Amino acid sequence: MELITLFIAAILVNNFVLYYFLGICPFLGVSKKIDSAFSMGLAVTFVMTLTAVVSWMINHWILIPYNLDYLQIVSFILVIAALVQLVEMFIRKISPPLYQALGIYLPLITTNCAIMGLALLAALKDYGFAKTVVFGVGSGLGFTLAIVLMAGIREQLDLADVPEPLKGAGIALIVAGIMALAFTGFSGMIN
Amino acid sequence: MPSKSAGAEYIKGLWEENPVFRQLLGMCPTLAVTNAVINGIAMGLATSFVLILSSVVVSSIKKLIPSQVRIASYIVIIATFVTIADRFMAAFFPPISKSLGPYIPLIVVNCIILGRQEAFSSKNSVGRSLVDALGMSTGFILALLVLSSIREILGMGTFLGHQVMGAWFKPWIIMILPAGAFITLGILLAVALVIESKTKKRKT
Repeated sequence: MELITLFIAAILVNNFVLYYFLGICPFLGVSKKIDSAFSMGLAVTFVMTLTAVVSWMINHWILIPYNLDYLQIVSFILVIAALVQLVEMFIRKISPPLYQALGIYLPLITTNCAIMGLALLAALKDYGFAKTVVFGVGSGLGFTLAIVLMAGIREQLDLADVPEPLKGAGIALIVAGIMALAFTGFSGMIN
Repeated sequence: MPSKSAGAEYIKGLWEENPVFRQLLGMCPTLAVTNAVINGIAMGLATSFVLILSSVVVSSIKKLIPSQVRIASYIVIIATFVTIADRFMAAFFPPISKSLGPYIPLIVVNCIILGRQEAFSSKNSVGRSLVDALGMSTGFILALLVLSSIREILGMGTFLGHQVMGAWFKPWIIMILPAGAFITLGILLAVALVIESKTKKRKT
């Protein structure tokens, strides 16, 4: 039950983009078309889940037993960079169509603060293994939800008459603000 | 680029290439920590510390780094300084460190820092990189200061914890919520664009 609550909370209440402000760069950069937004979301969810597993193992099997937790930042970022590289090579070999769909987004993910944020938040909150994985999947889906919604709104915005200075990032941020406001409505759902 | 004077190199970070308003870099910390002025300043200083020292180190060892592994090397250098900043804050300013939470370690993925290493420090001398990093840091701190001042004054009626609005003022709770961050920054970006287009017109 606790896991289900955590899962729903990660998607709706503590949404990575709209609550923690993590992954804003792809959220603004790759949200012009629904298709590419969805692919980006899937790529992030995939890498996030893997990162959750690997960073938990590194943290609990290597860093904590040897009192090396001050190396958390350096080791997490290296693990994420290596992981993204491996995933990219793996997908290219195993499934070319999937690589076509996700390929260009994968390198961008290394500097996506959502991935690093996930590893750090899970370590900070001291989640166990199951919780970390659920948190990773949920956060990834939450990111996907936010970026796809955003892309849907932005496709409509193309037709709207937006004031000149607000065009581009300005209006995107204001739309994100209104979305964040709507998402605060979920906060009463889980205490 | 090398023809620019050191002064111009510094000034460009303040407005022309301001990391937040003009280049839209480092948005995550900009939005996340600006609910109070003190957090904005702490974040700005921590980021500046990392940016300035990484720029100096990267520009001084740029000839030793093979270009294939340069990004990884930059990340390790940046991560080292972020760890120093994180430990320092946790030791000397525990309340601030607590309220900034994971955002201090997240400086490591702040695109401003990696961006400056890749775009500037890896190609320029130590002195120029230092000036460039100083300029970018000032621009970043300024942006955080503007955003956090607006949000704290309207959201809580205070500035650095001191009451500045009269008793008649009802705080706008939305400003300290995530939604306020997005909307304020969106409006500020538009204002920056308006100012930019006005000054451009005057020049021509």
